This record gives sequence, C-alpha cells and structure tokens, in this order.
Amino acid sequence: MEERRITVTVNGEPRSVDVEPRMLLAHFLREVLGLTGTHIGCDTTNCGVCTVLFDGLPAKSCTMFAVMADGHDVMTVEGLGLSSELHPIQEGFREEHGLQCGFCTPGMMMACKALLDENINPTEEDVRWALAGNLCRCTGYQNIVKSALWAAEKMRSEAGAFSR
Amino acid sequence: MAQALDEIKIGGLGSSRKRVEDDRFLRGKGNYIDDFKLPNMVHMEILRSPLAHARIKSIDTSKAWQMPGVHMVLTGEMAAQHNLAWMPTLSYDTQAVLATDKVRFQGQEIACVVADDPYIAKDGCEAIVVEYDPLPPIVNPYQAVAEGAPIIRDDKEGQSDNICYRWEVGDREGTERAFAQADLVSKLELHYPRSHPSPIECCGSIADYNAATAKLTVYMTTQAPHIIRAAVAIVAELPEHMIRIISPDLGGGFGNKVPVYPGYVCSILCSILLTRPVKWIEDKTGNLISTHYARDIYYKGELALRRDGKILAVRFHCDSDNGAFFSDAQPTKFKLGLIHSAFAAYDIPFGYMTAQGAYTNKAPGGVAYRCSFRVTEAMFFQERAIQAAADDLGMDQAAFRRLNLVKDHQFPFRTPYGFLLDSGQYEKCLDVALNAIGYDDFLREKEEARAQGRRLGIGLSTMTEPLGAGNSREYDILGIKMFDAAELRVHPSGKAILKIGSKTQGQGHETTFAQIVAHELGIPAADILVQHGDTDNTPFGMGTYASRSTPVAGAATAMVSRKVRAKARKLAAHLLEVSEEDVEWELGRFYVRGAPNNGVSIQECAMAAYGNMPDGMEPGLENNAYYDPPNMTWPFAAYIVTVEVDPETGVWDVLRMVAVDDCGVRINPMIVEGQIMGGMTEAYAMANMQFITYDADGNCVGSNYMDYLLPTAWETPGFELHEVVTPSPHHPIGAKGVGECATVGGPAAFVNAVMNAIDDTGVRNIDMPLLPDRVWEALKYRRDVSGMPPVKSDAG
Amino acid sequence: MYPSRFHYEAPRSLGEAFDVLQAYGDEAKILSGGQSLIPLIKLRFAAPAAIVDINNIPGLDYHEEASDGSLRIGALCRHRTLERSELLRSKYPTMSACAPLISDPMVRSRGTLVGSLCHADPQGDWASVMLAMGGEIIARSASGERAIPVSQFVIGPFQNSLEPGEIAVEARVPAPRGTRVGTYLKLERRVGDFATVGLAVALEMSGGTINRAGLALTGVGSSNIQCTAAEQALAGKSLNASTIDQAARLAAEAAEPKTDVRGSAEYKRHVVHTFVTRALSNRSAMAA
Repeated sequence: MEERRITVTVNGEPRSVDVEPRMLLAHFLREVLGLTGTHIGCDTTNCGVCTVLFDGLPAKSCTMFAVMADGHDVMTVEGLGLSSELHPIQEGFREEHGLQCGFCTPGMMMACKALLDENINPTEEDVRWALAGNLCRCTGYQNIVKSALWAAEKMRSEAGAFSR
Repeated sequence: MAQALDEIKIGGLGSSRKRVEDDRFLRGKGNYIDDFKLPNMVHMEILRSPLAHARIKSIDTSKAWQMPGVHMVLTGEMAAQHNLAWMPTLSYDTQAVLATDKVRFQGQEIACVVADDPYIAKDGCEAIVVEYDPLPPIVNPYQAVAEGAPIIRDDKEGQSDNICYRWEVGDREGTERAFAQADLVSKLELHYPRSHPSPIECCGSIADYNAATAKLTVYMTTQAPHIIRAAVAIVAELPEHMIRIISPDLGGGFGNKVPVYPGYVCSILCSILLTRPVKWIEDKTGNLISTHYARDIYYKGELALRRDGKILAVRFHCDSDNGAFFSDAQPTKFKLGLIHSAFAAYDIPFGYMTAQGAYTNKAPGGVAYRCSFRVTEAMFFQERAIQAAADDLGMDQAAFRRLNLVKDHQFPFRTPYGFLLDSGQYEKCLDVALNAIGYDDFLREKEEARAQGRRLGIGLSTMTEPLGAGNSREYDILGIKMFDAAELRVHPSGKAILKIGSKTQGQGHETTFAQIVAHELGIPAADILVQHGDTDNTPFGMGTYASRSTPVAGAATAMVSRKVRAKARKLAAHLLEVSEEDVEWELGRFYVRGAPNNGVSIQECAMAAYGNMPDGMEPGLENNAYYDPPNMTWPFAAYIVTVEVDPETGVWDVLRMVAVDDCGVRINPMIVEGQIMGGMTEAYAMANMQFITYDADGNCVGSNYMDYLLPTAWETPGFELHEVVTPSPHHPIGAKGVGECATVGGPAAFVNAVMNAIDDTGVRNIDMPLLPDRVWEALKYRRDVSGMPPVKSDAG
Repeated sequence: MYPSRFHYEAPRSLGEAFDVLQAYGDEAKILSGGQSLIPLIKLRFAAPAAIVDINNIPGLDYHEEASDGSLRIGALCRHRTLERSELLRSKYPTMSACAPLISDPMVRSRGTLVGSLCHADPQGDWASVMLAMGGEIIARSASGERAIPVSQFVIGPFQNSLEPGEIAVEARVPAPRGTRVGTYLKLERRVGDFATVGLAVALEMSGGTINRAGLALTGVGSSNIQCTAAEQALAGKSLNASTIDQAARLAAEAAEPKTDVRGSAEYKRHVVHTFVTRALSNRSAMAA
C-alpha cells in the first residue's frame, strides 16, 4: 500500500503524517487529526459542510486529496475562535440564531470567514452569493445572513477601534 | 423584601433565550454519529442493487472475504440464519434487511462488508459479484394495478396483486346527498410528488456488543431512541434492559431518522458476530435512494358548492405509491396516517374519502417528513382544491376562505372525519396576513402588470393541522401508547437536571425545555441542564416527530415541574412555619398569605429537601411525569406568497412571502421563528425544485445533491413573520406544535401564487415541483402538466 | 466517498510531468483543480491507476494579455481569479459574465478554466465561451507544443483531443477585431447547477457593425454547440430586430436538445431562442 509523508499546517500548527494518496482531505482532518468539526454531508461536492480555508480561500475538503495539502495551510472551524473566546462570526451565529442542528454550521461559518476576509462590508446579496455553495436544511438561511451581517458589523467596529 | 422574578430575565416562557446547544456547535465540538471513535472499532459499507426489480441468481463474496483488512461479508443468507433477513415494519408489513430472493427497488441492500476502514470496506463491496435476472419494473401505482403487472411482493403468502391496503373513512351517504344538492361541483386531480426529508447528515450507527457483559450499546441517528430500544428488543429478540440506545447530536432529522433501517440492523448483527464495535455511516446516495421517502400520493377530489360559496361536502380518493415495502412510519390506526385531517379548518358538514396503496419498485417508506403523518399531503390538496373552487365560483379566494373557515365561537369543532379542533382565531390570522401583504393593492398591481404583459400572482394557504400524537385511543407503536415522560431532579443548591424522552434534532430542546421548568418553578433556565437521547439515562418517550415534542414531552415537563412545586410547597410551609393552605406561590418563591415579605425561594426549599425536611417527609426534590395528551394541538397558519412568472422561460420568482402562525403560547419566540423559516424553506423547495422521481426503468432520479435539489441562500426568499396567539386549552402551558406548519401549509401558497399568475389560461394544475419547463408547457399549450413517472410504452 | 487506490505523483516541473505521463501512459490522469475529476473518483465512476497532480508546477496560474493582443490563461488559473479579474471585466464581457456562474464559491476557488475544457462536460460553461470567442488550447508534450482550436479540442462528451503524453498548459483567446461585447446567459434550476441552457455571445464590433460574431450553446447537445449559421448571419451586419430574430431562429435550429429532467427538448430550444433574443437586444448588458 502506497503512503506518502505530508506536512500540512492546520490551524497554525504543522502536522506531518503518512497518508494513502486516496485519502480525502476531509477524512484526513477528521480521522487522522481528530478535527471532527469539519463535517461530511454529501458525495457530490454540493453541500459545503466540509468547507475549510485552504491557503486562506474557501475550499471543499471533500473534493481534495490530503496529499494535495502537502506544504499548504488549512484552517478549520476549530481554528476560528478560541475555546474561551468566540470569533465574531461565531458570536453572530449565536446572537442571530443562525444555526439549529449545527451540522452545516462549521462550513457555513468558514464560507462567511472567506467572504468577510475579502469584504468587511457586505450587502445581504453579497452574503447570499458567498453562501451559495453551502446547504442548510434547518434555518431557511435568513438568520444565517443576519449572522454574517452581525459579524461584519462587529468586525468593522473592532477594526475601527483598533485603528484608533 | 423579595421581588417577584422577571420571567423573561430568568429565561422563562416567552424569552428569546440564546441557545445552550450553540456553545458546542459553534466551536465544531458537536458530537454527531461520525465523530465517535470506539476502541477496536471496524467499519461497515453496504452494497446496493443497481436494478429496480430483479431475481438474484447468485452472490459471490469470495473475493471480498480474501481482501486484507476485511473482517466480514454479510449477506441475506447469513442474516437469515439469525432470523434477520427480514424485519417487521410499523405498518404491519415486512421489509427485507438484506435481499435474498430478489431486489425490489434500486438501492436495496444486498450485502455488507466490514473492514478496518471504510475505504477497504468499499473496496470489498466492489469485489462482490451479484448475478441478476431482471424483471419488469413498476414505477407508479396505476402501472402497479394494471392487468398483467408482475407481483412485486411474491414473498408474501396470499399476495396476488400489488395492492398493499384499501381504506375508507367518513360519511359516504351523507356526502352523496350533499353532492346531489350542490349548485356546482369543483374537481381537482393532482400528484404530490415523492420527496425525501434529506437532513444534511445521513443515517449511521455504531453497534457495540460487549460479549463479556452481554450488553448491546448502539449509538445511532434516531429521533426516537426509546421506541427503537423496544423495537430492537422485539426484532432481535434481545433482553430490553441489556440494550442501550444513544442518539447523539443529530445533523437534522425531519422524519428521516424515525424508522429502523437495514443499515442499523446489519451493524448490530455484525457487532454481535464480531464482538467488536461496528460503525456504519451512510453516504448521501444511500440515504436518498433507500431510506424512507415521503409523499407520493395521487389525488382525485371534489367539493360540493352552493352558489353563494358555502362548501357543502368534500370527497376525495388517494392512490399512494408505497414502494417495495409498506413501511409507513406512523403510529395511527389509519392506513394513510392523518390524511383525513384535510379540510379541517373549514366548516364542511360532510366528508368521505377512500384510499388505496400500491407496491412499486421504488424505495419503501411513507415517512412523516416534517409532517404529522400525511397531513402535508392533506393540506396541500385542501388548499389547492380551495383555490380551484374559488376560481370555479368566480369568488375572491380570500373571501371564499373567510366564508368557510371555522369561526371562533365554534370551538371545540368536530370535523366531518371525526377530529376535534381545540381552538383558534382563523379569520384574525387571515386578516393579519392580508393586511401584511397589502392584498387589495397587490390585486390592482397584478391587473396593471397583466396589461403590460407581465404575470404576477398571489397565493394563499390557510390551514390547521393535528400536531402532538397522540391520544392513547388512536395511536400506538408496537402496542405502546404515545406517552412522553420527564424526570426532574432539583439539587440542594437549587440547580436542576431535567431528563426527557424526546430527542432534539436542532429544535433546541436543551434550551426550551429548561424554559418550561423556569416558568413553572422560577429556577433560572441557565441553572437547568436538559438531558435526552440516552435510553439508560432518560425516561420513556416516543420520540421527536410530528411536532410532538412540545405538545407531549413539553407538557410532561410542565407537569413534573408542578409535582416538584407541590412538594416544595410542603417544604415552604415547614420553613415558614405555617400550614400548606396558607402558602402562596409566585414565580420562584412561596410566601405566607397576607404577608408577602415573609417568603422562601425555590432554592431554599431545595436545600431544605436535603437537610431540613419536616418529620416523616421523604428527602429529596425530584419527580417524574408521564403525559398522555387528551387531544392533538391544532395550530393555524395563514401564508401568502406573491410571485412573478417569466412567460418566456417559465421561471418564477418570489416577490414576497408572509407567514402568520398561531401556535399558541410561544416558549422561545426566536426558536419558533427559526422553525417557521426553516419549514417555509422546505415548502419553497418542494414547490420549486425538490423531488425524487424515477425513469421507466426504475432508476431513481434524485439520488444525490446534483439531482435532488435543495435551495441555497441565493434563491431562498426572505420571510415576513407575524403571530397570533390562541393558547391550546388542553395543554398545560397553552403551547401547540409549530415545527412543521410551514412545511405543511407552505407549498400550496407558492403553487397557488403561480397558478394565480396564469389564471387566464384555464390550466387547473401543474404538479410540483413547478419547474420552469412545466410552467412554460402549461402556458404554451394551456394544459395541465403531470409529474407522474413515465411508464415504458412496451410494458403497457 | 471512498476513492479506489491510485498511484500519486506531484511533479515540480512540466518536464517531470511529461516523464511521469510517459511512464503511465493512458493509465494516468492529470489533476489540476480537481473539481470535476475528484467527484468522479469519489463515486468510483473514475478509477485512474495514477494521478499526476500538476498543482506544484510553478508559473501556470497566470492570465494576461500577450503582446499580440491575445489573452492567455494558464492551466492553474482558477475560476475565482477570473471572476475577480479587472482585465476580464474591462475587456472580456462574455468571460466576465460566465465566471461567477461556474458552480459555487468553493469550487471556483479550486477549479480551473483549462481543466474544465479538458473535462469536456457537455454541460460545461467555459467551452461555450471559448467556442464563441474562437479560443484555442495549447497542448505541450516532451516533443513540443501545438495549438488546438477549442472547436477541435472538445470532441465529444467527456472527450478531448489531447494525445497521450500531452498536457493542456494554456487557453488562448485571440485579439479582437474591434471592441468586444458579449455576455453569458445561463438557465439553471438552482444556483451552481449545470446549465439547462447556456448561451455564450461574443461579438467583435466597430461602431454598429459586427466584425465577428460568436454564439455557442451549453447543455443542448452531446457537446457544446457553436451556432455557425447564426454567427454567419450576424457577421458584417448590425444588431436590429431583423438580424436578432434571424440569429435567434438559427441558434435555436442549431441546438440538439434532449428531453430530460431539466426540461423537454422543445422547451430548451425555445429558451435558446429567448436567450439569443434577450442577449442581443440588450446592448448595454453586453458591454464590457
């Protein structure tokens, strides 16, 4: 059985592991590293619950092989906030009831992160467009959109406070 | 002096308390089935049939057995040695666990491979060679009952056709008399297409049979752990006290996670045979093509109308497509669930209905997908028929509804099919909705737009539905009545643990059930831990589906809180040194009648229960309660949708969507609104894109998320929510079910809006989903569009 | 969700890649963005013996105009880059309209235009755009390089005309004769879906005169369809009710739709007609 040694920086920490080339990045994160916050929801690259940031950009970790991440940087939901302090996006989802069963939430928040990293002042339409690859069955999205806008506002005010 | 507590501040009734579940979900620390890893665990994958109908000639598993890392290859023949090749269904039929004689639908389970990891298990499945002898597939119920159709269930002794049930209910003669007196009879035929609840998380289980203790622990994605334990005990003939079902965090359920599926049974059998934990995680295709479908009913119905708009009687027939096994997951005594709750919101003197179910070569089921056992189909047909009748009479659709809706003074109201509506303010709800949308203005706007060649439409849906199964006369599962229980333990410091038999799938029970206790006892919700989902550690409950958690388990929670309060009152009397009759209650404290400053808090009573109880009193402050609902709760909803249809492409866009829900007292308004928006999105999905169909060869179309379309944030409309509150008179806190109202009542509002936009064409019906090509076809050819799966022409 | 085993190579240069390809021949698949290939592998609809991951080859992620005025898009240029490209927004309206309509944001982060063309899905959007714009693919091998017009590159459903040992390293769009106007219209059942009908319009105009017309269709045939007759009818003319009507009619005739879950053949043909009429009638929406 062929295996390859890969080194992936996950949530800021380099991890060197031997993996089979056929292993999907999502399985690597979940099964090898134990980062089960990244979920798997479909077989066809549609649902987006496995969304992570790959070198800072949103990617579906079910549609990459772990070996492709060798030498790259991956951020998962576990790297979003601290256990003691939530990231504004996490806060936004709680404040605006942007989650119910919670299964799509990590992927949804990572897609929000990708949007807000690029555009800290999004419109409702921007948010809806940025989340078009993430399915939610519980919320009807309206509160997810509000959560993202809540987070954007908080991040803007924090950025403003910092610059002052 | 002690101040009375502010109920909202302590997270009681009516508080939009933030959810306690979120703390773990937001950090990626939820515990879903696939997140569990047990020592020595192995992984199971299922081999499924590519064909819809075929005799199995042979199954060769030898190559799979030889693969390194493979521990077991389970076939139906092996399962049969343990009497588990077949299992009973909730509808008193049988379902194959692993196919032995033939396959009866595409995706049916044939064999399982257990291996060190799921990749190897999949390799093993690929190495199994199955030889089939194809048989003609049957893809709709009319084909099933046509002459010469092959018998699908030739396994059943005495089964000489493909009919799985016949059923009738109502007053046939009275209805016939009423129809004879009608000025006008309005007819409608339609198909509610096959759908699937499709939670994002699929099903899965980890069966862990411990040979040393003979204890079987099963982690599984179930909405009903307690009844599953009873079912496993009965099906697998295992002692019930040695079975522990743990339902962890569920990534959505919507009814999909109520039934027992072959995958669960196989993982249990494999664990017993291998005496090690066996994990099975279903993939999306497996979930969509094999676990229970929903809907798939063909309607033919008619309303007897008086010229002035009064409905005199209703009569309809349902042909249900039940798939290969009659396994409707429902506890009623009725063959088609609560389908006869149709038209309950309207004061119609006579009703009669008939139904017939057919076996087809499609996935089995009939699950209550965000629905109280077929009420979604019932209310959809109701609201489509109501609109058609208004159009036939030339009456305004709102005025027609207003005329026929049950009036406030008529409650409790007995429907012609025998249901008893508990309460409501139907006209008020309708008025709030009409006002919110600006009904008259929109009708003018529509006319002006029509003159410019644009097609606007407005659709209404007003309905009540029976939620909270159910009373013990008419409902049971395996002979067990539909009770739910709650256990409440208040610790010395006044903090409490509530254990319930129901199981959240995202509804936020850990948040809201604490609010019920806070309301009854004045203990802040933050001081109450809610536990659920583990049969060893929670009292009995029939599960969470059919919007029954608040109506039943919620009521049990209120009742157990009152039992605890009754004991606390004795403790308070002891502490205050007065007789119990002289003790008054206000939220969170008891005080001496006439001396409000002289009181003790519930927390002080709790401490006394452990250290300063009166002589002869049993220590502790805890109790349990079983609640047997006297009736269903009957929420009401008025939904209005406006759309614009592009006549050149058939694409329709939602302009506005207004929802007025009366679900009685709202425990947590934030969560209620979240439920309504989620339900409305599924309604939109069904009206617009989401369905499962089959081609003439029995291939499932909609077997993955490329074909089974769920709406995204991009196309899902915004929702405008309003409320009316009519407390349920028989529920301890006046609450009614709500989680499903929008899914049940919503689809008709969307479809009625599109039909209204093409109301000059003479088209009576377009079957859901209203795909652009269907709308275009209706517009171009001025004809109805059917969504019935096509039959091969050479097969008749 | 569990791919079959394969051998994996991640060459650091094209030279290394050619060597690996030589060793594995037909058994090897090139992996760039992977957003079409990996889904097939996950479902075991594809099970290549070897995968040659070219993501580590530097210098292939560009998109730029060359001195001859042609646009050159490297094999590792992602949809996301094209979606955000100021160059495309200002001068390539057909491409700029198409890029955001490819699948979803995550897929656009990874997937590539050149990879989409190689995948040759009849419902792929980029092939229609490139057909309409007269684009070509640069195929390189150990022995040299050749340019293949996209019309000869996509030769059937999921079939391209690369020879064994060749890698598609670049897509090119020739310099326009005049100003580019155009758009991409896509009817989809839901955002991110494959096209029920897609239409690429790419015109090169001087004043009101069409020097060159490109029209191509997605989802209405066993491959993307170039509407040659409609293109010829527009060439040298200006846009008016009569030329638009003629082009719409000819494009609808060129379509070869099949009835399926996305709609009837008749419906799809009608949408082609509607799309061509709408696209050509809305001159301002076609401007860069």
